[in-house]
Amino acid sequence: MLLEIKNLHANVNGKEILRGINLTVNEGEVHAIMGPNGSGKSTLSSVLAGDPTFTVTEGEVYFKGKNLLELSPEDRSREGLFLSFQYPVEIPGVSMVNFMRTATNEHRKYKGLDPLSASDFLKLMREKKELVELDNKLANRSVNEGFSGGEKKRNEIFQMAMLEPKLSILDETDSGLDIDALRIVANGVNKLKKADNASIVITHYQRLLDYIVPDIVHVLYKGQIVKTAGKELALELEEKGYDWIKKELGE
Amino acid sequence: MSIEQSYIDIFKQYRDVLKRNSGAPMDALRDAAFESFQRRGFPTRRMEAYQYTDMKEAFAVDYGMNLNRIALTEDFRCEVPGINAYLFYVVNDTFFCPPESENCLIELRKKGVSIGSLREYSETDPELVAKYYGKAAVSGTDAIIDFNTAFAQDGFFLHVPENVVIDKPIQLICVMTGKVPMLGTQRNLIVLERSAQAKLLLCAHTRGEWEQLSNRVTEVFVGENAIYDHYKLENTHSKSISVANLNIRQQSGSEIIVNDLTLHNGLTRNRIQIDIDGEHCQTTLSGMAIGDAKQHIDNTTLINHHKPNCKSRELYKYVLNDEATGAFSGKIMVAEGAFKTEAYQTDRNVCMSPNARMYTKPHLEIYADDVKCSHGASTGRIDETALFYLRSRGIPEEEARMLLMFAFVSDVLDNIRIEAVKDKIRLLVEQRFRGELSHCNSCGVCK
Repeated sequence: MLLEIKNLHANVNGKEILRGINLTVNEGEVHAIMGPNGSGKSTLSSVLAGDPTFTVTEGEVYFKGKNLLELSPEDRSREGLFLSFQYPVEIPGVSMVNFMRTATNEHRKYKGLDPLSASDFLKLMREKKELVELDNKLANRSVNEGFSGGEKKRNEIFQMAMLEPKLSILDETDSGLDIDALRIVANGVNKLKKADNASIVITHYQRLLDYIVPDIVHVLYKGQIVKTAGKELALELEEKGYDWIKKELGE
Repeated sequence: MSIEQSYIDIFKQYRDVLKRNSGAPMDALRDAAFESFQRRGFPTRRMEAYQYTDMKEAFAVDYGMNLNRIALTEDFRCEVPGINAYLFYVVNDTFFCPPESENCLIELRKKGVSIGSLREYSETDPELVAKYYGKAAVSGTDAIIDFNTAFAQDGFFLHVPENVVIDKPIQLICVMTGKVPMLGTQRNLIVLERSAQAKLLLCAHTRGEWEQLSNRVTEVFVGENAIYDHYKLENTHSKSISVANLNIRQQSGSEIIVNDLTLHNGLTRNRIQIDIDGEHCQTTLSGMAIGDAKQHIDNTTLINHHKPNCKSRELYKYVLNDEATGAFSGKIMVAEGAFKTEAYQTDRNVCMSPNARMYTKPHLEIYADDVKCSHGASTGRIDETALFYLRSRGIPEEEARMLLMFAFVSDVLDNIRIEAVKDKIRLLVEQRFRGELSHCNSCGVCK
């Protein structure tokens, strides 16, 4: 078992967004979390990554057997959790190279490894850049500064490739992508898939799931997972919308 | 007895000594400057130009003044070594050429460059010095400049003749030292004739455990189509008081960069005035200040656009922690008739702690039509979303903060056109943010 979420409740500014999430993710699995706007999808990913804006009020989360909620955001990352941001942050003045070198070496330090030499690091960067067809020019710029929407999302997957996480959470990675960019991003994610890692794909629409095929689909609604099924559920949602689920819930 | 009175008495008592120890052009301005100082007294915070920093207090300590010119040599090692520069010193207020630089003096003088002690040149080439001395930092306009002009005996002199390009940067290490609290009255004069080029790196340091007050006036004349770079790095200890005036006059078609970096200090008041006296000039003025503990950094700037078709760009950034205070007062004046002026001013500041204070006063005064001018100032905290983004990639919080602070000032450091100096200063800034900087060379004051 890679991730186990039990009865997770979380607040932002005193407002309860997550109201008892239960979810288990095993190695090798791809989970999709779908749901209407405001259902708490992004909150769930932020809480898992340790965003201090949110307060966990109840419940437990175990990641690789460790109590995730006790770990700092940096330790969660170094343990192998990765969040691909819905809105990647622009950081003028911090170069991509410096950012990734620092991150990579912090991960290595955590594992008791020596930092990469400059040439090994650049080689690694070159390799991983190709995976998402990230332009060389972008890698030499400041983090996300002046990147287009598609470039920012590709940059997220590039970082994921560099850090080789155990569990990646892709938060609305498809939003703002045209069909070509979507294919590139999805290909990148698929190439990174291994028997011992897993992903949670958070999305509004079915279309990303044409490329990244989930094993299990969950519907998140009003802060709870209200339905769980196989990949056919995504197609059903695409066709019928969310209203039938609301009806099933007696609303 | 008032604080002024003790200096007035010293001036009267040592009037002959001051005359003996300087050339005629320096001595010629002394009495008028002294009278003006006597009339004005030290500026206090009641005056708008000094509202953030009290000068009377700064001069209140019972300082020693080396009026009799006891010879000082210096073996201070600046933290910006290995940049392949011509290296000279000003120790307190005395020019000093280290033995290893004597060949540099000869080399430069062969090219027609006059370089060395201002006192010496005011005696051996009084006509050249008189042509410029006191013409940019004019006495009668400011009590601190008056004080400096009344007491100045020495400092650095540079005259670059027409079309001469000095290939390497000149590094001037200004160090305040002494076994008692000392007041150094340093006066520098730099002249670039038509189409000349030079780059100066001025490093200000302090030694010893005492209060040290440096009163520095630097005048710079940049001739037609000349190019001049002026970088200043202050890295002094917490008991240091630095009062520095930099007055620059630019002729037509000239281009300057001024970059004033305060890495570590005690109390600092920098005033920079740039008078653009010709058309088609380019002016870049920038600065950075990093303050913690109880450090105080005041940068007051004035850019005077007297003539049309000139461009100026101004950028200042402060990072303040603990109980540090920063002040920025920047004024851009566009005179009547200075049409097609482009002048942009930006001041951005970060307060890392709730007790740090930043005072900022950007202002524009425009008397001409058809100009493009802007100013902007902001003071805030570090961007929390960026901090979380970095941490979410495994970068520890402290390191992430350091990266963000460094990124914040990086565009100021980009205004350095000597790669070796830029690299070295970037490293020093990083060390400063990490708290690893040996800013006092074992003096122990700032531990």
